[in-house]
Amino acid sequence: MMNSTILNRNRIEKLASAAFALLVWQVSAMLIGESLLIVTPIAVVKRLFSLFTEADFFPSIGYSFLRIVIGFLTGLIVGSLMAAVAGKFHLAEIMFQPFIITIKSVPVASFIILCLIWLSMGTLSSFISFLMVLPIIYSNILQGIKSTDKKLLEMAEVFRVGLFRRILFIYLPQLKPYLISACSVAMGLAWKSGIAAEVIGVSNGSIGEKLYEAKIYYTTADLFAWTFIIVVLSIGFEKLFLYLIKKFYAGLERL
Amino acid sequence: MDIVISGLTKRYGEKTVLENFNAVIPEKKMTFIMGPSGCGKTTLINILMGLIEKDGGTITGVPSLKSTVFQEDRLCEGFNAISNVRLVCENKVKNQDIISHLERIGLENNILKPVIELSGGMRRRVAVVRAVLAKSDIIFMDEPFKGLDEKTKEKTMQYVVDNTKGKTVVIVTHDIDEANTLGGKIIYMNHFKSVS
Repeated sequence: MMNSTILNRNRIEKLASAAFALLVWQVSAMLIGESLLIVTPIAVVKRLFSLFTEADFFPSIGYSFLRIVIGFLTGLIVGSLMAAVAGKFHLAEIMFQPFIITIKSVPVASFIILCLIWLSMGTLSSFISFLMVLPIIYSNILQGIKSTDKKLLEMAEVFRVGLFRRILFIYLPQLKPYLISACSVAMGLAWKSGIAAEVIGVSNGSIGEKLYEAKIYYTTADLFAWTFIIVVLSIGFEKLFLYLIKKFYAGLERL
Repeated sequence: MDIVISGLTKRYGEKTVLENFNAVIPEKKMTFIMGPSGCGKTTLINILMGLIEKDGGTITGVPSLKSTVFQEDRLCEGFNAISNVRLVCENKVKNQDIISHLERIGLENNILKPVIELSGGMRRRVAVVRAVLAKSDIIFMDEPFKGLDEKTKEKTMQYVVDNTKGKTVVIVTHDIDEANTLGGKIIYMNHFKSVS
């Protein structure tokens, strides 16, 4: 009873804050009175509905979604494998360090421009998303591996537990908070960097191209509408992926 | 083959825990290691298990297939009792066998709960079953009946006796009654010395 009251209050507070933000936006747009600078929320909603009916709306979403998700998943797999190797061999950790530091510190725009020379337009956003995801996953998973309960590992050693069972019963459960937090941060970054790559590279048929066109033709409503779509896709994918991770762990604990 | 410990020495920095320690642990029998706190009982079995290095002396005859009940339970918290035991068992050990062992020491109503939800005594018993069911020639038990009430302790002790026949069992305990009830050789450690 108490919990549901708190939950309802939280929902009301969230709705109230969203309504307030929309009101501020609407009033600001009306006061400025120039749709080129800022459009009203109503105009954005109208534009969103008209976008749904355009022939290239869903293909554009599919194009960007597929590539960014591939980049994210590749970063997740490669980052995890690298962390596993670095966790096992200190020398590997030392060898990986310059690459990880470079990827972390070089501005994403520099990578995008460099990759425009190296890669085809079709793989650009995947590769950039991959690059941005890699160090986050690597660092978090490595930290998780290092924090794994030494006493449990010692137990596994005495009982001669094989690697597969060690991963399943010891490492994966202990990595859960690190994995969830890394994925949560990395997914947002994958979307931001992937779309940025598409804008700079003007990838044909992508969401980035739509944003680029909005900039060229000064269609601010398009910019807002597509941005809204990116945010929805990013949050939706994050929620779905984290749900799947939690489902995986629930299944693991029932083994 | 008996385990023969000769001139065993272990130091942690300036502190000497074992010095010139000698003992024989008979094969396929129960041996109790007793002594006051801090006399090096746990250090001794950790050396025998190969978890810590000795500083001097020789040890011969320790079988390579070892199993143990650690001083702490060392269970995988999110998993249930069956999974925790399954982790260390060979594939030929069936889940039904594990369940039957867990039932024998009174865990029948808590088999499917994650061990983090079990009481200290229940967790201890899961650790005992795990040690018993793992393939081994020697079982080390560091205070295996700690935290158990008298009735449960009796049941668990009987379970250990019934299921460790033909294996070398080394039990660290403070309780002479445990040693007398279970029967076996007693090695009394009194700061570096052993009295059998």
